[in-house]
Amino acid sequence: MAREMMYGDAIAAAIIEEMQRDPNVIFYGQNMGMTERDPMLKKFGRERVRLAPISETAEIGIGIGAAMTGLRPIVELWMSEFMLVAFDQVINEAPRFHYMSGGQVKVPVVLKAGFGFCAGWAGQHSNCIYHTMMGIPGLKVVVPSTPADAKGLMTSSIRDNNPVVYLHHYMLTLDKGQVPEGEYAIPLGVADVKRLGSDVTIVATAWMVKKSLAAAERLAQEGISAEVVDPRTLAPLDVKTIVESVKKTGRLVLVDQAPRHSSAATVIAGEVAEHGFEYLRAPIKMVTAIDSSVPYSEPMENFILPNEDKIVQAVKSVLAQQTVAA
Amino acid sequence: MSKKEELGKDKLIWIYTQMVRIREFEEAVKNAFIEHPGAIRGHAHLGDGAEASIVGTLSTRNPTDMVMPSYRCHGYPIVLGTPLRKMMAEIFGRKDGLCKGYGGSMHLADPANHFPGTSGIIGQSIAHATGAGLTAQVKKAGQIVYCFFGDGASKQGAFFESLNMAAVWKLPVVYVLENNQYQAYTHYSLEDANAVAGDPLSNKAAAFSIPGMTVDGTDPLAVREAVSVAAERARAGQGPSLIESKFYRLSAHGNVITVPPLPTQFPEHEAVAVYGNRAELEEWKAKDPVPKFRSRLIGDAVLTEGKAKDIEDAARAEVKDAMQFALASPMPAPEEAINYVYA
Repeated sequence: MAREMMYGDAIAAAIIEEMQRDPNVIFYGQNMGMTERDPMLKKFGRERVRLAPISETAEIGIGIGAAMTGLRPIVELWMSEFMLVAFDQVINEAPRFHYMSGGQVKVPVVLKAGFGFCAGWAGQHSNCIYHTMMGIPGLKVVVPSTPADAKGLMTSSIRDNNPVVYLHHYMLTLDKGQVPEGEYAIPLGVADVKRLGSDVTIVATAWMVKKSLAAAERLAQEGISAEVVDPRTLAPLDVKTIVESVKKTGRLVLVDQAPRHSSAATVIAGEVAEHGFEYLRAPIKMVTAIDSSVPYSEPMENFILPNEDKIVQAVKSVLAQQTVAA
Repeated sequence: MSKKEELGKDKLIWIYTQMVRIREFEEAVKNAFIEHPGAIRGHAHLGDGAEASIVGTLSTRNPTDMVMPSYRCHGYPIVLGTPLRKMMAEIFGRKDGLCKGYGGSMHLADPANHFPGTSGIIGQSIAHATGAGLTAQVKKAGQIVYCFFGDGASKQGAFFESLNMAAVWKLPVVYVLENNQYQAYTHYSLEDANAVAGDPLSNKAAAFSIPGMTVDGTDPLAVREAVSVAAERARAGQGPSLIESKFYRLSAHGNVITVPPLPTQFPEHEAVAVYGNRAELEEWKAKDPVPKFRSRLIGDAVLTEGKAKDIEDAARAEVKDAMQFALASPMPAPEEAINYVYA
């Protein structure tokens, strides 16, 4: 059974279901459970739903310590950039304990944060910072693009025995889609082919999946068949599914909201260059944000971001090229 | 426990025994830099001078209470019953080490003995210990957490954020600020606002409206008395306390930071090496908690000279055995490095 749900509500549904299933799951963050009218508080009580002060280092560090000793905390961080004031905990604490202890300690904490809020939030609240985190062994990074994925990946993130950074895209919050009811888990580290195609592979995450699917629709009207692959988790990264798609299409366009050198696209390009070079019939093309901070004013914000036009143009450019003998 | 309790002879002897075991272990680690050059890699940090504070604190512990110190972490698991063989093998990077050679001196972990793990980044583990307190509170298992950290760590944001949250949530944590007087190479009087004002570091507790107390960290019974009150408060669900246990780190911060193949060993204490203040070092050596407590127990007829010597000989033999075990243990296979990346 499935029913239509918004992306944001699908995340909440997974959290509620997992909290009902497992008493070790707790949920806290700033501006949560402030009054007794709070629905999560009503459902689960003050012990498991908590208001935290504005202290990211302690919020995340406490989540790590609680996870090391038997709880499964979900820390609501609201915006991914807020993790930056506590990045030691994210990068150099959470993913280290299992390894440094020779496998004795597990850290099943979920760091939940929104990202990429390109609605006039300007330079400090609109960014994509997953690149730094996806390269840290021991840390998992999840970036859902649909309501169903949002639910299934949150369920798996909570059940995972590793620290998971769960990044939901603010611009997708109100998007609707069919979401399976009841227990629904999507394994972490498995990409999903969102649209089948044969001429070109487009790899995109989160909001960029939506834009890439719209671009693919436009390309189809011109007789170009684009396959859209969504890695869904950036760490572990499902390189195999991406390379298999490239093997089929021979062409790769990477769409990423982050600036070029801090994008997941650079990492994926490197993997395909190493593991899929023989299948490429044209150079890889990256459609990323322009290397600038995110501007406040709308026309400038639009200018720096990838969009349908840029994706369509990139696809056409790789189709026009044939630098490698087939 | 009442404040004026008379400790039984067995408990007093237990305290002395643990103090001696820590001291012997740390001296063996220190000597290993000379006797087995290159066998210990990276940075090792010793707890000599902290024995009275560590054991006095942990003498108030119930069997399932959790213990979370910083990277200066050898002393605590010794008291908790972690085999010295496995600890020494870990410090030597061997396959039979406590963490199979993945962690080393700074990252001992023994969760089976309620020692969940240690961080090498100063102050950050205060948040982890606070999280362990959250687990204890949510699971209602009657546990409390002993969180140990140095004077340097009390200048980190993690300290202030964690104590604030612990106080708001009334978490069952006893925060033991081990004022060993040096943050790495810096004397605490140069970097601590309370110290600059001539006040005790436990004044920081007032910022969180929790009890704060400064205690003579060279006297295990004084430490025990202060920690007992804090532990009782934590067990009663009344929240955290901050205890400044003031003693003196008797060795340098760590072995000299050298680049291979240059050998490394422990340098002179910062008091001498950095500040040229040998008088300070000698003054505190005269207050060395281990011989001080020994004299007291002999004076109080709790120990005889012969019994004290038996305890010391046994500790020495235990550490010698641990050293031999560590040196005989094989190195891990290189490809084991990819185990435990993910749980």
